[in-house]
Order: sequence, then structure tokens, then C-alpha cells
Amino acid sequence: MYVYDEYDRQILNERVAQFRHQTDRALAGELAEDEFLPLRLQNGLYVQRLAPMLRIAIPYGMLRANQLRRLARISRDYDKGYAHFTTRQNVQFNWPAVADVPDILAELAEVEMHANQTSGNCIRNTTTDQFAGVQTEELTDPRPYCELIRQWSTYHPEFAFLPRKFKIAVNASEGTDRAAVQVHDIGLELVNNEAGEFGFRVYVGGGLGRTPVVGPVIREFLPELDLLTYLEAILRVYNRYGRRDNKFKARIKILVKAMTPDVFAEKVEAEWAHIKDSPTRLTREAVDNVKRFFTEPDYQSLDDNPDGLQTQRAESKAFDSWVKRNVSKHKKPGYCIATLTLKKTGVPPGDVSDRQLEQLADLTEQYSFGELRVTHQQNVVLADVRQDQLFELWQTMRPMGFATANLGTLTDIICCPGGDYCALANAKSIPVAEAIQTRFDDMDYVYDLGDIDLNISGCMNACGHHHVGNIGVLGVDKKGQEFYQISLGGSSQRDASLGKILGPSFAREDMPQVIEKIIDVFVDNRTEEETFLDTYRRIGIDPFKERVYA
Amino acid sequence: MPDLIRHDGVHDDEWTLVSAPEEGQELALPEGPALLPATVWKENRDRYAGRNDIGIWFDSHEEPEAFADVLDDLPVIAVNFPKFTDGRGYSIGRLLRERYGYKGELRAVGDVLLDQLFYMKRCGFDAYALRPDKDISQAEHCLNFFSNTYQAAVDDKEPLFRRRAAETS
Repeated sequence: MYVYDEYDRQILNERVAQFRHQTDRALAGELAEDEFLPLRLQNGLYVQRLAPMLRIAIPYGMLRANQLRRLARISRDYDKGYAHFTTRQNVQFNWPAVADVPDILAELAEVEMHANQTSGNCIRNTTTDQFAGVQTEELTDPRPYCELIRQWSTYHPEFAFLPRKFKIAVNASEGTDRAAVQVHDIGLELVNNEAGEFGFRVYVGGGLGRTPVVGPVIREFLPELDLLTYLEAILRVYNRYGRRDNKFKARIKILVKAMTPDVFAEKVEAEWAHIKDSPTRLTREAVDNVKRFFTEPDYQSLDDNPDGLQTQRAESKAFDSWVKRNVSKHKKPGYCIATLTLKKTGVPPGDVSDRQLEQLADLTEQYSFGELRVTHQQNVVLADVRQDQLFELWQTMRPMGFATANLGTLTDIICCPGGDYCALANAKSIPVAEAIQTRFDDMDYVYDLGDIDLNISGCMNACGHHHVGNIGVLGVDKKGQEFYQISLGGSSQRDASLGKILGPSFAREDMPQVIEKIIDVFVDNRTEEETFLDTYRRIGIDPFKERVYA
Repeated sequence: MPDLIRHDGVHDDEWTLVSAPEEGQELALPEGPALLPATVWKENRDRYAGRNDIGIWFDSHEEPEAFADVLDDLPVIAVNFPKFTDGRGYSIGRLLRERYGYKGELRAVGDVLLDQLFYMKRCGFDAYALRPDKDISQAEHCLNFFSNTYQAAVDDKEPLFRRRAAETS
């Protein structure tokens, strides 16, 4: 993982000093609230319903053990002893005091962490596949490119006051997309062209929220070294021509739609023609220099499927279930990727306590070269676990609450903090997730249902990605009452699609029953090999409508 | 005279920013150096071109492209930030400097606050009419918050990745 040099350290320390200066002036009344607002947002600080909220970036999802321990300490010293992993490779604290935030940022800087541009109308934390660098099918490791984008976008002087927020995601696997690139402002896919050269397919103008859009491709192939100049061209066109008169029409997706993707692409190409050979063009050395931070750890020479593992799986059904659901194939023989779901029933999805953060730090050091990744499904990943240590890992972490064997299932719910914490929410989302998890507590049944994405958002800003859930739940407000609207058929995968609204919304207490009916329709209609999404796509929404509203 | 920040300190501002005339009204030139609305200047280019006491100002939605061939005639260009959160002026600054090679004074005017000065400087501005209620004594500090930056801009043509490579080679 990337390690800071003197430049990175100095720039970050100066940023902390700058924010301290800004906070001091805000608290002294020299900065009006509306003047402080974009500055604090660009340092991760929201003022929320119950207390401020601080959002910290986890570039390309990676955390080291010392960073986890620092997050634990911060959560204890400045917060209420827990933290929340979000759907965008960030971590949030829900109760810091505004006056403490400069100190928190200073503590983060000591471990090469920050809250830069995690909010506000600027380029946000670049996200990617949590299996980057360890899985079998990727073209190359996407993380060095994410790091180059991080550096380029950090305090970019031209793009700190965009019309709206701006999110970039990178994917490198032909078969899968764990980064949901087609629903980002810019999605980048690492590809080889016909000549065998390496570069990017560029999607622009996807996104969720009020106006969900699956982003169109504006360039099939962008040569590798042109990455930053091309991004700069896109951002410049957006900065100049994106709508600033209406917040709800200010995202780049609206501009791309209004211009049409073809015309938008022409604008970008015209802009790019001027700057493609500018000093911002990447160099081979620059790429190689960053790549050397993402080299392999010190893997041992091992064999797949050690005998012990087979025996352990045969002897423990619980362990076997966990391996089946939560463990993925690793590119190195004898290793595997273990996903620890933070989706235990009764715990808000993505929440971890200070103690758990320290336990995670210990687990990474014991079992995964001291590193961990966080996922946009609000889970965490130990990416380099020895297969012969898997059982021991599982046993060690069971009492910690990390061994819930529900990855990818109906109870592995993506869920925003909702009305319990968020000032924007129309409705609570955590209790809905919990009620559904409680209803579906028979794990054998849940496994039998197979892969289902159930995503819950407490408002149309869609932090819970409800549009791309196979089953999406959206909290809506009706005359002060909380209701929930359901959509079916969404996907954030390669076959990205937006869910279709089922019909009128439901009261909270009805939600588990409604989900049960939807699942029943699936069970009644599925063929042997079908997933929920397959069945839905085959039979359409009507059978679900009929059953649910009968 | 209001104060104007340049990189060498605070100066009296001799220039008068002239608003666009009402429909049907003639533009009234003030005494002394004046900054005219860009479109007005262009309509009367023969009259004003080459005068070292007449410059122009752009609003954030106006396009510098239309002035690409007349920039040598302008000693001062101001870019209006109607609201400090309107970031279009940063792109205008870079285009004027980097694409069209404007060499004269480039001013930020309007809702110019302390915390935007550093970004403005990086985008090619070299004079700033700070909003009058702000503490001008802090301007120098705010113009220089950072001693290094990652990306190329007007003030530093070499992005950090190139400088790093040069150091190690």
C-alpha cells in the first residue's frame, strides 16, 4: 500500500494547519457559517441531526493495522466508541465536536490518513475493487491508478468548487465489477485495446440519487499515460458548463444527458486536444514509481486445499458455510480472500466498536500482512489469508462478531445510517434492516436463496444504493410519516441496471412481510440455476406486484 | 481607494470597475483607469484597444475563448466571482494564462474570500480585490498555505510526479 514521502507528509500537515486556521476563524465569528461550510465539508466535517459527523477517506479501501488502531483511539477519545464504514470506502464518526476536528485531523495525519474532500462539491475519494491485486481475473492492479488520481485530485485548484460533488471509481476485472463504475460520475475500466495496449474505458455521467443513471461510455479506449489529462478535460468541461442554478440538476449526469453523450464526448476531446501533451501527462516513471508500493507481500510457497482445511470443513458445518459464502479465490496457491461481514443481526450495517477496530488490527497482523480493505458493501476484507490458517482465523474472530456467514445473501444488507443519524433522511433505515435480518434468521433458507443484493436508503440521496439493489428499499416521508418504497431488478454489476418501482409504499412494520412475499414469488418461479435477478429479469415485475398487493 | 492585493503586498486600487450600462444607455467612462464589461469593450474595440488605462472584466459564465486574439491589447483583466462557491472563474484563469498566453494583470473580483486566494493564485490570478469585510492582513498567509502541491497549474508547470522523478534520476 502507498507510503507517504516527505512531500505527502508536508502537504497533509499544511492542510491540517490550514483547517485549524479556518476552524479558529469560524469559531471566532470571522467566517460566516455559509463561508465555513464548503471548507469544513472539504475536510470531511458535516453538521448533522444529532451532532457533527466526520467522514474520513480510505483511499482505494486500504487500511493498515496502525491506522485501524488510530481510528479506534479517535473513536474513544473524541467520539462514543464506534465508527461506521460507508458505501464509498470511507469511515464516519458520528459525534465529534467541531472544535476537536483539527486535532482529530492531526492525529489522522500521523498515520497517513485524512478527511480530504470526503464531502463538498469537489472530487471525492476514488474507490475501487476491494479484491484489487489479489484476485485471479483482473487485467492489472487498479490501485496505483487510484493513487495517481488521489494525488492529482487532492486540493486541485481548479476543481475545488464544482457545481456538485464528483465521484470516480476504477475497475480492472472483465468479469466482475465490485466498484460499481457505471453508477459513478466517472467510471474507469482498465482494458487492453485490439493492439494489446493498455488503457481505460471511460464512463461518464452515471449516478444514483434523485436522478439515477447508468453512465454511458464516452471513450472506448484511453491510453494509460493520458489518464490525468483526460480527467482534467472532463472536469474542466463540467466545471464550466455544469448547471449552477439548480442543485438538483448540477451533477455531471444532467449535463451529459442534456448535451447527449456524443456531444459531451466531443467537448471533452476538443478540450483534451489542448492539454493532452501538457506536463500533467503521466510518465512511465511516475506510474512505475507508484506501482512499486502495490507489490506483493511476502507470500510463502504453498498448495491449494491443504488437507487440514478439508477436515475442518467436514467437521464444522458452521465453518464450512462461512468458507462457502465468505471466502474467495486468491491468485496465489495456498492463500484466500476472507470477507468479514459487518452485518450481524442487531448491529447497524457497517458499524464497528473501538474494541472491534483493534481486534481487526490484530487479525490483520496475525493473518493478512497487517492490511485490510473495506468494501462498498460495508464489509471488511482480509485479502491474504493462508488457507491453512483459515480455521484458526474463523475461530479467533467468531466471538468478535466478524464471522457472520452471510456475504452476498439477503441479510448482507447495504444500509445507510438513515434517520437515526442523518439530517437528510426521510426515514429510518437501520431498524428496517434489522427487522428483515430477524425475519430471515434461518441461514439454510438464506443460503438456498443464493445471491441477493438488498439495499436500503433512508432518502433519495441513495447512500444505500437502493436503485442498484436486486431489491431496493427507499425511505419516503408522507405527511410526517415514514414509509418505504420498493424497487426490484437493480444491479451494480457488469450488467448494471436500475430497479423498477414495485408500487405504493409500505409502513415500516409491514416491511419484513413484504420482503417475504417477494422472496416467495422468486422461490415459486425460479429454475434451478437462477439467481433472484435472473428470475426477475425473466418473469418481470408483475408476478411480484400481484402477490405483494393482493 | 479600495485595497488590492498583489503578490508583492497591498496596493491602492486605481482602477474603477464599470458595470454594464442599462439598455439604451451609453457607457460612462470614469476618471482614471477603468475595467469595462468584456462585451462592451469588444463592441467598441476600435475606440479602446491598445489603451493602457482600459481593461475588461468577465463574469463567470462568459467565455474567454471569444477574446483569444485581443488579449495583448488588455493591460488588466478581471474575473468576477459572483459567489465564492462559483468555481468557473478558476477555469477561466487557467485558460487565459495557459491556453491564450495572457501576460497582463489577472484580477479576482467579487465574492473573493481569504480561503480561495491560494487556489486563485494557482489558477493564474496575481491580483485580488478581497471582499472589503475580510481581514486583508491575513491575505499573505492564506495565499501561501501550502509549500508544495500535487498537480500542475499556472504557478507550477511541473506536477509533483515529474519533480519526484527528476529528483531520483
